[in-house]
Amino acid sequence: MLEMKHITKRFPGIVALNDVSLSLKRGEVHALVGENGAGKSTLMKILSGVYQADEGELLIDGKEVHPTRTRESEKLGINIIFQEFSLVPELNAYENIFLGREIRTRFGTLDSRSMRRMAREALDRLDMYFPLDRPVADLTVAEQQSVEIVKATIFKCNFLVLDEPTATLTPREVKKLFEVIERLKALGVGCFFISHHLEEIFEIADTVSVLRDGCHVYTGPVSDCTQDELISKMVGREVTQAFPPKRGAAEKAEPPIMEVRKLRFPGSDEISFEVRRGEILGIAGLVGAKRTESFLALIGRDPSTEKEVLFQGKPIQLRSPHEALSHGIGYLPEDRKRTGLFLPFSIRSNIVVSTVARLTNKFGMVVARQEKALSDRFIQRMRIRTTSDLKTVSELSGGNQQKVIIARWLASNCKLLIFDEPTRGIDVGAKAEIYVMLQELAAQGLGVVVISSDLPEVIGICDRVLVMRYGSIRATLTGADINSEKIMLYASGGENG
Amino acid sequence: MGEAAATGATSREEPAGLVGLAKAAVGRPEFVSFVALIVLMILTSFMNENFFTADNLLNITRQVSTTGIIAVGMTFVILTGGIDLSVGAIVALASTLMAGMIANMGFPFWAAALVAIFGGALTGAVSGFFIARFALPPIIVTLAMMEIPRGLGLIYTNGYPLPIDREFGFIGREYVLGLPIPTLIMLIVFAAAYFVLNRLPIGRYVYAVGGNEDAAILSGIRTARIKLMVYAISGFTAAIAGMIQTSRLLSGQPNSAIGVELDAIAAVVLGGTAITGGRGHIVGTLIGALLLGVLNNSLNMIGLSPYSQRVVKGVILLIAVLIGYLRKRNSR
Repeated sequence: MLEMKHITKRFPGIVALNDVSLSLKRGEVHALVGENGAGKSTLMKILSGVYQADEGELLIDGKEVHPTRTRESEKLGINIIFQEFSLVPELNAYENIFLGREIRTRFGTLDSRSMRRMAREALDRLDMYFPLDRPVADLTVAEQQSVEIVKATIFKCNFLVLDEPTATLTPREVKKLFEVIERLKALGVGCFFISHHLEEIFEIADTVSVLRDGCHVYTGPVSDCTQDELISKMVGREVTQAFPPKRGAAEKAEPPIMEVRKLRFPGSDEISFEVRRGEILGIAGLVGAKRTESFLALIGRDPSTEKEVLFQGKPIQLRSPHEALSHGIGYLPEDRKRTGLFLPFSIRSNIVVSTVARLTNKFGMVVARQEKALSDRFIQRMRIRTTSDLKTVSELSGGNQQKVIIARWLASNCKLLIFDEPTRGIDVGAKAEIYVMLQELAAQGLGVVVISSDLPEVIGICDRVLVMRYGSIRATLTGADINSEKIMLYASGGENG
Repeated sequence: MGEAAATGATSREEPAGLVGLAKAAVGRPEFVSFVALIVLMILTSFMNENFFTADNLLNITRQVSTTGIIAVGMTFVILTGGIDLSVGAIVALASTLMAGMIANMGFPFWAAALVAIFGGALTGAVSGFFIARFALPPIIVTLAMMEIPRGLGLIYTNGYPLPIDREFGFIGREYVLGLPIPTLIMLIVFAAAYFVLNRLPIGRYVYAVGGNEDAAILSGIRTARIKLMVYAISGFTAAIAGMIQTSRLLSGQPNSAIGVELDAIAAVVLGGTAITGGRGHIVGTLIGALLLGVLNNSLNMIGLSPYSQRVVKGVILLIAVLIGYLRKRNSR
């Protein structure tokens, strides 16, 4: 039996886990649910030794253990399969399975015959199949996941954590995965099963626990509760953040500023929707819903996409972000550090980079005074807290960095702005400021799209909400229908999902 | 302030007055090379009285001019996070092409120079095309382009130097305003690069591509064009260096400028430009090129053998880069 007792974990500014106690028996499937940021991943990282708990203890069969690295937790029989696979794409399946713990002959060379044999036995045990001798890059996502499962269970494995294992699988592959989990159960492996797809939990799990804002709010047999009850336990709290009042744009029936027809990219259905002038359109969905991919395809980041786009009534081509921006369509990326900011540059350079071609004199030279004026104006408007516009942007807090990105796109005079996770990982104060600003933009007649995994946020600020799942739009919600239950229902595949 | 904003070098408060300016200068990555340059000059002038004379110093600037001009284009390339190994081959191709046009086709000097320089830019653009269009690694593409232009030059001249008349030596040998003409051309090229990098929007885009290519694309910058452009610029400056060399040596030399790409890269790196792109300054490259030139000159004057000189140069390069790295780490 694996027990976690009174686990507390703090990060600067937040308590990620607050006095959480959970246990997992051998041969049990224990589902762990909760919204993004509820603390599931942090808890699992403590199990795997990536993080150490500030308080509380970890017991295996009654003995206290302190793993400080993944290797140590593996030795204790705890294995974790994260959403991001940790396979080396160029290596074969069996080479991946034994990576770092290869079996050697007595001459010290690799004993690939034994390794192949052991891998094949493991496949038989779990009734799985994948080619052992092909680079894993050539395998499907489901097969790669199978490689991960064999890798995790081929040596000592009493407890297995599966973090969102179904997020990128097709329904048939999910079924197959569940058969494998049943087999692991029969072999006496205890599984933590993390998923947003609630109907799966009722299919596979014995026990379910709910985390909310780092607190453990419920544990019980799955047979004791319904999907609706689980959702209300997950969302639970009243929406505490103060959102500015909605302007009722959905009722006013403004004309669309952009109509998208038959958007298609690899892994998606045909997607059609419209964005109206003056509204905030929310895009909700779970991991794997392909929300970001859809909008990157829309703005031409991947030029091989098929689509028809009417912008302000006229058909336009969107073959590159440059072309999108020249029409007045801007996409603000979700990953600030990786695709948003120029980290070594100053705040000023980060703000003006899209607009600098306009800040020139008649000889085409950039006028530093105009640059400064523009960046100062947006530093003020966005209330970016800094002593100078020449400060390096990497020195700012997450909230202020996000404001710098927003400032860059506001400066470029867009008519339609797509915000991808505009408030992820930033503090409550900055969030509130960004909400007010989104409302202002809509009030000025812009089209505003907000892709967000933060349910209260979607509910609090959006006039209409598209719910996506597996690369298609499953529902369009307006008015009172914009609530957690409905969004979760469609996002997790309820109502003919 | 434009360049400071683009490089992000002045990261703290806005400098106030002379003290602030001095502080900002000390904080710059090329400061190490600047100090090394001054120290080296002082030391050498104690060891050999002929070092600190106008003649010798002007001579150094002329010797440096080829590497310096090539390093200007290299700075553009490295700022985008790329590398250009083909510059030496472009020098050779431009040189043979130009000598051929003068000697065999009766072109006037200026016309031959123009065609050669344009050809150099075009050759650079070929590398840029493969790098920008197919996202091939710059080191591989320009490695291939190290062979092709040099091969063409060798084919054209059959491997022999192609002599031109004495009268075409004025660019390489004469003085204007008391400065050797190669030195003057180098200064003009640096000034032009300074202008493009710090006063034109495309200069900002060069930094942006190296700073974060994904962010640059989403910000509406046509990164493929910028990449194509920087390799064309690199070919352009390499061909200018080829022109000077042709005039100075009074011949087209298909075997010239072997290894010059490494000197140019060394000058850029000594000048504080990050090899990963996005950070650096063209003035630093000038300091780096001068440091290499003074080092050569002073080691000669001290009387060190050419073999030992290579060891000393390597050690100094390593130390300079190490100090730069340590300073950067400690400023975090």
